[in-house]
Amino acid sequence: MKRRVILGLSAAALLAAAPAFADGVLHIYNWGDYTNPKLIQKFEKQYNVKVTLDSYDSNETMLSKVRAGDSGYDVVVPSDYTVKIMIQDGLLAKTEPDQMSNFKNVKPEFVNIYWDPGRHYTVPWQFGTTAFAVNTDKYKGDINTYKILFDPPPELRGQINMLDDMNSIMHAAERYLGLPRCGADRANLKKVNDLLEKAKPYWKTFSYDTITKMTSGDVIVTQTWNGAAFRMRKKIPAVKYAYPKEGIEGWMDNVAVLKGAKNMENAKLFQNFLMEPENAALISEFAGYANGIKGSLKYLPPDFADAPEITPPAGSPTPEFVQPCPPDVVKIYNQIWTNLRK
Amino acid sequence: MVDLPVQAGSLEAEARKDAARRNRLLSSPAILIIALFGIVPLLIILVYSFLEAGPYGGVVWHFSTDAYVNFLFQQDIFSGALTFAPAFLLIYLRSVLFALATTVVCLILGFPTAYFMATRPQHQRNWWVLLITIPFWSNLLVRTLAVMFIIRDEGLINDILMRLHLISRPITMLYTNFAIELGLLYAFLPFMVLPLYASLEKLDFRLVEAAYDLYATRWRVLWRVVIPASLPGIVAGCLLVFIPALGAYVTPLILGGGKHMMIGNLIAQQFGSGRNWPLGSSQALILMAAVLIALFAYVRNTTGKPTNG
Repeated sequence: MKRRVILGLSAAALLAAAPAFADGVLHIYNWGDYTNPKLIQKFEKQYNVKVTLDSYDSNETMLSKVRAGDSGYDVVVPSDYTVKIMIQDGLLAKTEPDQMSNFKNVKPEFVNIYWDPGRHYTVPWQFGTTAFAVNTDKYKGDINTYKILFDPPPELRGQINMLDDMNSIMHAAERYLGLPRCGADRANLKKVNDLLEKAKPYWKTFSYDTITKMTSGDVIVTQTWNGAAFRMRKKIPAVKYAYPKEGIEGWMDNVAVLKGAKNMENAKLFQNFLMEPENAALISEFAGYANGIKGSLKYLPPDFADAPEITPPAGSPTPEFVQPCPPDVVKIYNQIWTNLRK
Repeated sequence: MVDLPVQAGSLEAEARKDAARRNRLLSSPAILIIALFGIVPLLIILVYSFLEAGPYGGVVWHFSTDAYVNFLFQQDIFSGALTFAPAFLLIYLRSVLFALATTVVCLILGFPTAYFMATRPQHQRNWWVLLITIPFWSNLLVRTLAVMFIIRDEGLINDILMRLHLISRPITMLYTNFAIELGLLYAFLPFMVLPLYASLEKLDFRLVEAAYDLYATRWRVLWRVVIPASLPGIVAGCLLVFIPALGAYVTPLILGGGKHMMIGNLIAQQFGSGRNWPLGSSQALILMAAVLIALFAYVRNTTGKPTNG
């Protein structure tokens, strides 16, 4: 989940220039290098609120801090499955974004999502997909199939980087085999295991550092996220992001307010503020992923708005947002994963 | 520590008590820090290793020995029956082999280096120590990435060899076991050289001369005089290299390409997407226990022997 380790710019440095007198404060806890300082400045000016920003590097880090209690934060940005866990555990405030004035701007496909049906707790921050990218200078064939990863043609063998991420690889294998995600059927899991064992010699590395792996020429194919593929293409124009016909994994980060937040009203203002297309565009401009708000693309540079990584070509599969697998399945996943890399 | 003139017995006892109190007071911050940040976290790990895994990470407060049973026995993926699963043991074995190899090569390379440094004139020695410590001036991660740039297919070494027409295709070094070993060696060599130097510097070279006078061969002098006298340095160096190499995390990940897990990566997995904190805790404790046992046996064996032949 290192995808948000993105672009330079220290938000903190720019935040230091915020107004000294404010009607209130708002404490935000978001992924590192993920928040546009311009966005924060605009919010501060508009509502005369002083914002502080802290960052984390994984859902688990954020969750453990919030679980410990009295974190002092008002707003957090959990990913899809983490939202579900946080609602289940009663950690989030029911701020009813669906009643807010800007809610009409949320794309309809992001309203009834499994982690917060009807959006009673959260508003979209950014979303993306996980698939893979290919350097088409070195491979000319069809790339829109998981065959590239699991049964590659000879010229790609040993030239593939996989994400060092159990769930991404397991789900990709399940899609290639036409099996359901998180299936507990042992015969099916055995098929997944055999597929991975067979494919392992074709893989060069397991790494999150996908952009460097591709741009340094270490590999021709790398499993990656759409925003990362977009940045690879800026360096190597031949890099193409695949939309595998077997299906593609989606993820979304969401802005939530913690239960018992001290600055509840400012937090709600912030949620509503983010559903304004112009403001959502600021999020994407900085971090490089799409945002789930209608009409935000026109505020973004055309090379971003028209990028095939950000706006999938017609006929591409609909991203599938996968729920966290049940513990007994994770246990077997873990075994397969350990066996694969023993 | 306290230098007291000979005085009346009671006064001396009083002063000694004072000194003891002062010592206790002075050492209390260190003891507090060790207790708070050394022992308490270990106790938490110990407790966690005997709990059930929470469904989404974390722990459930039910006593369970699953974490230890699962270390060796896991449900077969196909049949579901509990069977012997050597995957974890293999990962531990690989880590031990890498750490051992690193220790041995570090010792072979480090000993002559330390000997050379210790036999320089007094005023030069500090310069050599300074040179050895230069790599520590930058972060290990940065240095590891630098090694990566040197040995990759389009890296410095392959580039030079190709320009000299010594090879026609790049030699693949990065993402191999060789790369991991090279990275470990590079990272830990100073940890071997410095303690070796410290004990060789104290070596009384008159003993070496005496051995020669008694018609000892060079090998005999090395084995019977120099090595026994520098044994404390050798032991310290080996421990300083072996133990951290065993838990190496960054080097295998970056230079090995993460294809094969080492103990560090395995444990991290349990706290991340593996969602099994008790298993991760038990793996950490088993590693610690193994290291402690090995250490104990090693120190007993080496210090038990007579050191002067």
